[in-house]
Amino acid sequence: MAEFSLPKNSVITKDGKVHKAEAGAKDVRTFRIYRYDPDTGENPRYDTFEVDLAECGPMVLDALIKIKSEQDASLTFRRSCREGICGSCSMNIDGTNTLACTQAIEDIKGDVRITPLPHMDVIKDLVPDFTHFYAQYASIRPWLQTVTPAPSGKERLQSPDDRAKLDGLYECILCACCSTSCPSYWWNSDKFLGPAILLQAYRWLADSRDEMTGERLDELEDPFRLYRCHTIMNCSNVCPKGLSPARAIAEVKKMVAERAI
Amino acid sequence: MGTGTGIGRVRGLGSARHGVSHWLLQRLTACGNLLLVIWFLVSLLRLPALDYATVTAWIASPLVAVPLILLTISVFWHLRIGLQVFIEDYVHEDGGKIALLVLLTFYAIGGAALAIFAIVRIALSGAAA
Repeated sequence: MAEFSLPKNSVITKDGKVHKAEAGAKDVRTFRIYRYDPDTGENPRYDTFEVDLAECGPMVLDALIKIKSEQDASLTFRRSCREGICGSCSMNIDGTNTLACTQAIEDIKGDVRITPLPHMDVIKDLVPDFTHFYAQYASIRPWLQTVTPAPSGKERLQSPDDRAKLDGLYECILCACCSTSCPSYWWNSDKFLGPAILLQAYRWLADSRDEMTGERLDELEDPFRLYRCHTIMNCSNVCPKGLSPARAIAEVKKMVAERAI
Repeated sequence: MGTGTGIGRVRGLGSARHGVSHWLLQRLTACGNLLLVIWFLVSLLRLPALDYATVTAWIASPLVAVPLILLTISVFWHLRIGLQVFIEDYVHEDGGKIALLVLLTFYAIGGAALAIFAIVRIALSGAAA
């Protein structure tokens, strides 16, 4: 059966440490953050951090960085660009997968609860294991493939209209917010490619310069790889870049249908 | 099968290269269900009475018996296709999965056959009534 409950060693058993704000803090906000340290062998826990927002930047990532530099240096998370372009700081904030760097603290009511992306193996704290996700990405051959030899010394030309077909696709930063919000991906990620990878697959199917459309569709047409998508649409709901993986998947299904009838 | 590497596990046994007809049939039978169930309910409600004699006499008409058989086929086919997806979603052990799919197929075909037999019997025997 699909695994509906957490394995024993993944259950959050107890509340962890509480880090109080400094005395005299003006605008205190409580962050409850998932902590897991593989070296201790203990189950995960929630640590509580009180952060003075008067001394903190506006985004959740600002608070995480402040916590790490001032309250607990062992707090582990991925981050890089701090402006929603690298996709490193994807995590579950207040119940929704999103990027910590573009999620304003003031848009969250009550305590800010932060956990790693759902249904992924956790390496440490807020860092999930992306090995399988990246292998899935590599499996769709996410690069331009042609039969025609590359033109020597020139670019492959594309009309502005054809280029526009990649809008809403090329912006994907592979943060995995969509895939890890998808129940089908939760239950069947071993075989289902998930919304992020399928959107990327469509990005190459939609490219006027790519000549391997048939082979790409052959690889996708599979009850699990593609058709595990049941149009639940969580993917389009959560995408922090405002893209619609659900639409891209629908386009892939239309292309497969088009060549069959 | 290259289970020793990440990419090997993802590539697995390769693409099944089917799925589109299943997906199309699910939509086609859904359309069939929508039209035929509406027809069935509206027609039933428009009958003067809902007693045994009236309903069997109604079913005996060819223009009722035939769409009723089509409704039966469409509903059971849709059930077979839809529950297959459900089973594949949640049951991952090969043995259990195959057993449930076989059971589902037998149930769908058996149920449809029984229903069609009943309709045909009414249609062929009740016409005189």
